[in-house]
Amino acid sequence: MASSLKCDLCGKSATVHLTQIVNGKMHKVDLCEACAQAKGVTDPGGFSLADLLLKASLNPEETTLGTECPTCGFKPSDFKKLGRFGCPQCYRTFEGMVSPMLDNMHKGTRHVGKVPHQAIERRTLIERVTELEGALAAAIKTERYEDAARLRDELVQARLAASTSAAQSAGARATPARS
Amino acid sequence: MKISALLASPSELTDTASSKCAVVLMTRIRLARNLAGHSFPGWCKEAQREAVLERCREALGAAAPMKRSVNVPVSELTELQKQILVERHLISRELSGSKHGGGLVINRDQTCSVMINEEDHLRIQVLRAGFQLKKAWSQIDSLDTELEGRLDYAFDPALGYLTACPTNLGTGMRASAMMHLPALVISSQMEKVVRAVNQLGMVVRGLFGEGSDASGSIFQISNQTTLGESEEAILKRLGSVLQSIIEHELNAREKLLEADAAKLFDKIGRAYGILQNCHQLSSSEAMNLLSLLRLGIDLGLFPETTRALTDRLFIEAQPGHVQAAARNELDSSQRDALRADNIRTEFAAIARPDFSLHQKS
Repeated sequence: MASSLKCDLCGKSATVHLTQIVNGKMHKVDLCEACAQAKGVTDPGGFSLADLLLKASLNPEETTLGTECPTCGFKPSDFKKLGRFGCPQCYRTFEGMVSPMLDNMHKGTRHVGKVPHQAIERRTLIERVTELEGALAAAIKTERYEDAARLRDELVQARLAASTSAAQSAGARATPARS
Repeated sequence: MKISALLASPSELTDTASSKCAVVLMTRIRLARNLAGHSFPGWCKEAQREAVLERCREALGAAAPMKRSVNVPVSELTELQKQILVERHLISRELSGSKHGGGLVINRDQTCSVMINEEDHLRIQVLRAGFQLKKAWSQIDSLDTELEGRLDYAFDPALGYLTACPTNLGTGMRASAMMHLPALVISSQMEKVVRAVNQLGMVVRGLFGEGSDASGSIFQISNQTTLGESEEAILKRLGSVLQSIIEHELNAREKLLEADAAKLFDKIGRAYGILQNCHQLSSSEAMNLLSLLRLGIDLGLFPETTRALTDRLFIEAQPGHVQAAARNELDSSQRDALRADNIRTEFAAIARPDFSLHQKS
């Protein structure tokens, strides 16, 4: 009956069958001898990580595997080598690869802790300015002058708010580092 | 402040007499943070790493809790200084080996250290002697909040703080306690404890983190997961696991005393004899002997005042600290001789263990 089980990676008949319980969920992996060796599954200490990587590559959303992070040029194959991502944007780029990994890795898949309110507010204000600038330019172009006047006033307010917030951090940055 | 002055001044770990807790030597919390719009240090071009280093050093220099701290690029430190910082748990081995763009900011009392461009742009750490999860959290939380006012952290509403390794996503927080568990080691229960602790989602490591041995029966216990639970919930869970390990250790001590007190006292008495008379002492032997001595203090065989000494020597018996006390460079056997000299001198005035307390009962 052993022949009925195929290696999850290459499809040859599987001889290594692993069951691991992580966070109360059962995970089964079947591998042929060669793939088990290659993935380091025979080493019990290295198995957890191997499992994570396997799960990632077994994910049907293989489309992400060919892509490259537009921000930093990171490729999924780099993750297999390094076990770390290239930049914060990678988590968006490789979402399909990240989410199955998280199931086994953590207690949950959504953040419920501290939130950097100041940093987020600062970024939101800057984004708001950019958005309003675009809208104002469009309104002028299409001769919607009433809209333009309203957008101009909003833009003045938004710029003021953004520069106050930026001034705080710029002021902080202008202070020389002590050593 | 200069690094040389910092290393010579009193530190939380080496000069605190406040560690009253018998089992927990120290508590640490670290937060992993990254700047939005920059590649993580391991995937970064050198110039970008340098730019991140500058930004972070400036922000930290301006943060009130880090006033008058040491604030230097790692490249300005000598190998020995780096080794001492590793031995004091203020920087990691990884940062000490970094070539470009690594930086380090440490406050005066050495309770707070920030590594720049280690695995993440920022690794903020607070370290407290004794069992102090709450105190450590409130200190690190306020520094982190202040830094967030000056730096744009990489954050995602669903994934939390974005980190180079997905195992740190979410809170980016690793809280740990350094625990002295000699009775669990002597009674061969550590393996069982490690397994139980793992099942509760916590990790057990040796004294210097991953892959290090547990000489001196000292173990680090920390949370494994960072996503899906708030900081407070993680700390609460860790706190209760630590509490139950403390209870197990104390029970194991009672059992050892009941079953064969002579055997235990023999170990402690011999440790005292060696510490007082040795002329060659390796750091791992020193750790094991000091560990037995600390157990002796917990059992009331030595006066409570001896505790500060053993806790300081746990750090000062490390190779870098021994070398720093010498005038010229030593090889390892010269270090063993100097370590023995120092410890012999320190123990000359320590009174013999008083076993009478236990013999009566």
